[in-house]
Amino acid sequence: MVWTKKDLLGLEYLSREEIEHILYTAASFKEVTTRQIKKVPALRGKTVVNLFYEPSTRTRISFELAAKRLSADVINVAVESSSVRKGETLIDTGKNIEALKIDIIVVRHDCSGAPNILARSVKASVVNAGDGWHEHPTQALLDMFTLKSKLGRIEGLNVSIIGDIAHSRVARSNIWGLTKLGAKVTVCAPKMLIPEGVEKMGVAVTNDLDEAIKEADAINVLRMQLERDTSGAFPTKIDFFKQYGISEERLKRCKKDIVVMHPGPINRGVEMSSGVADGQNSVILEQVTNGIAVRMAVLYLVAHVKR
Amino acid sequence: MKYLIKNGRVIDPANKIDGILDILISDGKIEKVGKNIEEPGSVKPTGLDAKGMIVAPGLVDMHTHLREPGREDEETVLTGTLAAIKGGFTSIACMPNTEPPLDNPAIIKSLKDIIKRDARANVFIIGSITEGRAGKRATDFDKMKKSGAVAVSDDGSSVDDETVMSGALEQSKEENLLIIEHCEDRKISGNGVMNHGFTATKLGLKGIPSESEYVRVKRNIELAKKASARIHIAHVSTKESVDIIRRAKAEGVKVTAETAPHYFTLTEECCATYDTGTKMNPPLRSREDVEELKRGLKDGTIDVIATDHAPHTDSEKDVEFAFAPFGIIGLEMALSLSVMELVEKKILSWPELIVKMSVNPSKILGIDRGNLKKGSAADIVIIDPDMEYTYTKNSVVSRSKNSPFINWILKSRVSKVFVGGKLMTVGDV
Repeated sequence: MVWTKKDLLGLEYLSREEIEHILYTAASFKEVTTRQIKKVPALRGKTVVNLFYEPSTRTRISFELAAKRLSADVINVAVESSSVRKGETLIDTGKNIEALKIDIIVVRHDCSGAPNILARSVKASVVNAGDGWHEHPTQALLDMFTLKSKLGRIEGLNVSIIGDIAHSRVARSNIWGLTKLGAKVTVCAPKMLIPEGVEKMGVAVTNDLDEAIKEADAINVLRMQLERDTSGAFPTKIDFFKQYGISEERLKRCKKDIVVMHPGPINRGVEMSSGVADGQNSVILEQVTNGIAVRMAVLYLVAHVKR
Repeated sequence: MKYLIKNGRVIDPANKIDGILDILISDGKIEKVGKNIEEPGSVKPTGLDAKGMIVAPGLVDMHTHLREPGREDEETVLTGTLAAIKGGFTSIACMPNTEPPLDNPAIIKSLKDIIKRDARANVFIIGSITEGRAGKRATDFDKMKKSGAVAVSDDGSSVDDETVMSGALEQSKEENLLIIEHCEDRKISGNGVMNHGFTATKLGLKGIPSESEYVRVKRNIELAKKASARIHIAHVSTKESVDIIRRAKAEGVKVTAETAPHYFTLTEECCATYDTGTKMNPPLRSREDVEELKRGLKDGTIDVIATDHAPHTDSEKDVEFAFAPFGIIGLEMALSLSVMELVEKKILSWPELIVKMSVNPSKILGIDRGNLKKGSAADIVIIDPDMEYTYTKNSVVSRSKNSPFINWILKSRVSKVFVGGKLMTVGDV
């Protein structure tokens, strides 16, 4: 397949074939990460900037490692995000970075759509490392990669996404990706955390956790962000765990080899018990490992785009 | 200076005129409207052939932000009125959310001086309902009126406090000074940035529910009814608001309403690329809202098409969607959009459109415009109804260029404009 997308802004904008091509490419890079010498020269002479407007350790490290294993030079830039930010606008920052002859900008931003705006202002490739509540495409890609390597396929799987769907970019990217690849997706959350019209994205919606997990081949449990503004009616931690938390007991009622995923970092005892997080069905640490291969694939593809 | 506009389709709904006629302008006034007017004796008028054109009373925009004083980087009285002329508006009413706001006679007086010096179109002033537009203490409407305000509004904000609003409506009735309300319950709209719905869900943007508008429309209508006062609802965007206003009118409440071309031309789906040119308040709504607005325009529920011309500089708008200010410019393409969406789609006839864009806003504001009767100020627009053109960024004469319609191919172009009998140069800065 000839890669024609300059940027990776979200899975909404990719075709099934393009998503499959990223996963296919990631598989060969996965092999690289298991070698003694974990480095290939694919991006030698290319420069990647990690432009992070929102604090993140794991995603930033994962992108940094991915770039380094492809022999790219990497620069990390942390910027404070604010509407009254003194100095540069996002577009000016992007143009200045580009003037330094950077090839790829990996951007994390608390404003939905910031990568879209950046991408049309610069010639460099833009990779979305998470924007507001919008998309986190590499997270969904690594979730799908993990799922595929565990269960051999995506098509026809029942996948339930559980937790704060309304404020989750991970949920949105997973919904786009999984439905394009033919999975049956259910989202499960208390009513106020289900965003308006989400069923139009091709998913089933339920407020009942037991219903969501009953037939599931895999569950993706979202991080509960209790610090978020959700207009007061938010369940308390303990209430949330009782109703929507994944406990060992609940897991017993699921398919025996159900795959349990979590994008991290986990709130143990809120969305998931420690027993589940560390248990046999959990693939949480494999997700982290796979993240590097998937991000290598994304950086590789956008760097070699046919314009 | 005399002009004779010949053979145009003269549409003067206020005088029930619609036909191929001539108009003679003399000394800034309409001297005669009739068939085959002879060019009279001593002073020969300048003849203008308007064959195939529509000749109508100059358009009146009752909702413009001129930004002067305070934000002259966004717009000025000069550039805003030039934009008005280009769009066929011979009169505009400017909103008081300037810096400082137009909440006292002194500041209104100083704006009047600027208008006298710079304005190319007639500018009418809307004062603020409350001091500092803060919603706490009503201004003195008697003083507002005496200093020249034709209406009051806290546009940009709604008057939250019911007691303050009731008091303002009492004053409004007493002084016969119209209140124009921006209806928004901020407790509901919060820090939303676009319409609440599937598109917002997809984009991960915080929604502004329709309730934030129509709950406040409903309250204001109830308060106006209680006070037997008039009220004008600014920029109606939701189907529920249309329904509430329709019922209130049927009940005899003295309510009038406006909407803007972008609300019946675009939907929330236009926000999909995070183009901040699609960010305004109230936000672009759903397809059903658009359809109901059109029904409301057709059945008379919505009296006026206003622009809500809200200039913002590129540097303010070229930022993240959440950070960008609300608002788009509207003066220069409002007529074309209205023709394309309403006249061409048979929602309104040409005379009905002129009613919404000239006759009604004049009546509601109580200004002597919007008609071509003998002796009235010769404010006239000549429109080439079939002319197509591309609305380019370069062609924008407003100081700000924040429009989602840039590069649209539009139909119906303003050909000539007279303000007080003076032939204006369209599009010349």
